[in-house]
Amino acid sequence: MATRTVGSGDGRSLGVVLAAAAIAAAVLSPLAWLLAGGVDALDSLGLLVADTTVRVFVNSTLLAGAVTAASIAIGVPLAVLTVRTDLPGKRTLTVLLAMPLVVPSYIGAFAFVSAFGPRGRLQDLLAPLGVGSLPSIYGFTGTVLVLTLYTYPYVFITTRASLKTLDTTLVDAARTLDHTRWEAFRRVTFPQIRPSIGAGSLLVALYALSDFGTPQIMRFDVFTRVIYSAQKYNLDLATLLSLQLVAVTLVVLALESRVRGGGVTSEHPGRRTSLLRLGRWKLPALCACLAVPTLALAVPLGVLGFWLISGGQTSSSLAFELSYALNSLWLAAAAALLAALCGLPIAYVAARRDGPAAAALERSAYVGYAVPGIVIGFALVFFGARYGGALYRQGLLLLPLLVFAYVVRFLPQSVGSTRTSFEQVSPALEEAARTLGEPPLRAFRRVTLPLVAPGLLGGAALVSLTTMKELPATLLLRPPGFDTLVTHLWAAEQQGYYGQAALPALVLLVVSALSLLVMVRLEGYDVE
Amino acid sequence: MSNELARTASGVDADRDRDPDARVRDAGTDPDPDSDAVLELDGVGKSFGRESVIEEMDLSVRDGELLTLLGPSGCGKTTTLRLIAGLDRPDAGEIRLRGAPVAGPDASFVPPEERGVGVVFQEFALFPHLTAAENVAFGLQGVDEAERDRRVRELLELVGLPDKGEATPDELSGGQQQRVALARALAPKPQLLLLDEPFSNLDVDLRVEMREEVRRIIKEAGVTAVSVTHDQEEAMSISDRVAVLNGGRIDQVDPPERMFQHPESRFVAGFLGHASFLAGRVDGDRVETGLGAIPRERVHGLAPEYDDTDVDVLVRPDDVQARRAVADGRGESATGPGRGRADSEAGDGTVVYRRYLGPSVLYRVELDSGDTVACMHNHADEVGLEERVRVELTADHDLAWFPRGAKRVADGGREDASPPR
Repeated sequence: MATRTVGSGDGRSLGVVLAAAAIAAAVLSPLAWLLAGGVDALDSLGLLVADTTVRVFVNSTLLAGAVTAASIAIGVPLAVLTVRTDLPGKRTLTVLLAMPLVVPSYIGAFAFVSAFGPRGRLQDLLAPLGVGSLPSIYGFTGTVLVLTLYTYPYVFITTRASLKTLDTTLVDAARTLDHTRWEAFRRVTFPQIRPSIGAGSLLVALYALSDFGTPQIMRFDVFTRVIYSAQKYNLDLATLLSLQLVAVTLVVLALESRVRGGGVTSEHPGRRTSLLRLGRWKLPALCACLAVPTLALAVPLGVLGFWLISGGQTSSSLAFELSYALNSLWLAAAAALLAALCGLPIAYVAARRDGPAAAALERSAYVGYAVPGIVIGFALVFFGARYGGALYRQGLLLLPLLVFAYVVRFLPQSVGSTRTSFEQVSPALEEAARTLGEPPLRAFRRVTLPLVAPGLLGGAALVSLTTMKELPATLLLRPPGFDTLVTHLWAAEQQGYYGQAALPALVLLVVSALSLLVMVRLEGYDVE
Repeated sequence: MSNELARTASGVDADRDRDPDARVRDAGTDPDPDSDAVLELDGVGKSFGRESVIEEMDLSVRDGELLTLLGPSGCGKTTTLRLIAGLDRPDAGEIRLRGAPVAGPDASFVPPEERGVGVVFQEFALFPHLTAAENVAFGLQGVDEAERDRRVRELLELVGLPDKGEATPDELSGGQQQRVALARALAPKPQLLLLDEPFSNLDVDLRVEMREEVRRIIKEAGVTAVSVTHDQEEAMSISDRVAVLNGGRIDQVDPPERMFQHPESRFVAGFLGHASFLAGRVDGDRVETGLGAIPRERVHGLAPEYDDTDVDVLVRPDDVQARRAVADGRGESATGPGRGRADSEAGDGTVVYRRYLGPSVLYRVELDSGDTVACMHNHADEVGLEERVRVELTADHDLAWFPRGAKRVADGGREDASPPR
């Protein structure tokens, strides 16, 4: 009865569904243009089996696999340590261990390269000691290292959440049935937390596949990096690679949904039982818990701090201007407003209607999660170049396209947060307003809207903050001469003027930290 | 099984609590049901997808009465309410409010906001972002402010919450929330008030108190009301008339007393309290049953054309008493209408089931005739399991009956309700 669909008796819901469908179609359109381009590129299909393409495919798959495996290897034990043992200072450790999420991976990569790369800070320090060269930070190893350090928290957080709600009397039951702790974990705990590990791993794998900044800085040829360079000289190659990347992403999504099956939610969560006593393993465990965030947080903060103070080489063409920050701000505001407006009808339909059509509408809004930013950016460049005509050549279409790209990428954040709010508002409230004499639109405005406003605003805040640190679509779609914090940081980094990259990087770190705070408040995530 | 027992226990309660004269009612056959009807349903049907929830429903609600739609869960009660309120559209039939069609094949659909029908929702649906007073004032749009404040005060007083106007819904207890919901629905002076399972969200202790309160408020406001519930005790205790729903149709509409004593179908008989059926044969001025002969005048309205036919006589657990059969052939004094049986010494049945319920004990006795009857005793009465007993009919009212051939009524009852032959 609770999920009864709303009023078959009015035309409004049809209007909302049509609006949601139009938005979903718009959000899906970049993929359509990409497919259209793919049809044109059929002549060049041979490119798919060219050596470079195969190498790119292998590299990407290896990278995603390695980063996911490493994240599980780090995230799951840390989650168990901070939930189920008597480790001291678990609360602080938990916050610390989740913090690397705040660092955009391209800033992490930049920090690691400038610290450990050739002529980096560490090498400078070690040179007097006779250490001539360090193992190269570039390539596969460095990319895996950096991506793992900044994405393992996804696994850590989701695993923790399910461990916390796990009914520990089940473990006790297994122990009384003559299972050792390890056997009990393997046969009782693990099957129950597996879906959560799967969900976290999915996020990690998607991130590793779609990240552009890190492999670009680490000079490791994966889809995103090659698409970025190919879109300048070989549209067919870029199109085919984009389609291939989307296909790989879909395979990952399909794999995850198979792993996810079989998970059971416990009916009696949160029972306190005795914690595992670490005994003499306490100190090593504590060190392990501290080492990971130290590496992930201290390196970038140290490096950025160093560059900010020492300045390093500067280039006058890269002097910081206030307009960069202002550009970032208004782009973020525009994207947030639009994402909130577009998210509203989709969230409403998703929360209030059952059936395959509603599910399909909602899922299409999530295309931004699955399709890498570089692909969305490229699809829009492709669209502009082909159909934009004079407007595109004069650069007038670029900013609207950029804002649209942001909306496509971050609409899921707006829909998710708004949808949750709608679900907390019983449809009976609107019906009550109807029986008290209010026509549908006024009932919505007087009752539902005020109640979902916090979720709507929270989603918009989240979109604006993530927009500010978005890299690949911004690089592809910004008009010439138009700079934001991110593009300024990127230019300075790529040209080696690390000192001038430090300030925008620190600003972005703050922005990123804020967005995480918003997310924590929206989802009521409990570090306890 | 426990369901059945609960029903039995509450059936007895309802019987005892009833106060027949306190009601405005019309116990006779409907004189002219449409003369002062506020609401009429005429052949209304509704299905969701392929599943038909309501079929061909006819109902007429009179001015000023409180009518309860009673039925098991899934019988279409709430759907009926939503159709009346305009929250769903019927697929067939017509709905009229004070004679004016609001939904139907020949009428344009009148949306809920234009029907003047107030609803108290199952979970109350108070607007959480508004205070109690603002909730009550919600439907008073276009009323000038002084008048609105006066009306809000008046209603809060009516529901007994004059000091709670500034409280937000989450600061109110369940009972208080219900009072506010009632005040809010009554504020725009609806021509009809609907209550959807009004007490299901309250603690058991509060329910009985709120039943009386809600009835008082509705009567004081003078509004015509339709409520729905699956709780027969609740329906019996608040309603002027009860309509029993069965599988999307209405089986019977009657005042509670009449409904309980003279159910028109086995379904109604079984749904309102525990029912046992005694197989009998009409024989002149008596009906011969497994409990002995029952005088014909004690069986309600048994017409001459049923002479020499098989009938089932309805007995409630409080209509019969089981006493330990006495070995020397003299049972305890038999005063009931079951007197005059040939083999009273050895008893006429065996206790096959015994359930201690605290204040009372429920027995099930398998009669030698093959019938099984349930008896409710005072808790002090002690008869053991497997003991031989004599069952006496102690009822001082007419008994209802059903023809075995099921000709008299459209029988919605279950066939297995009839005793084994």
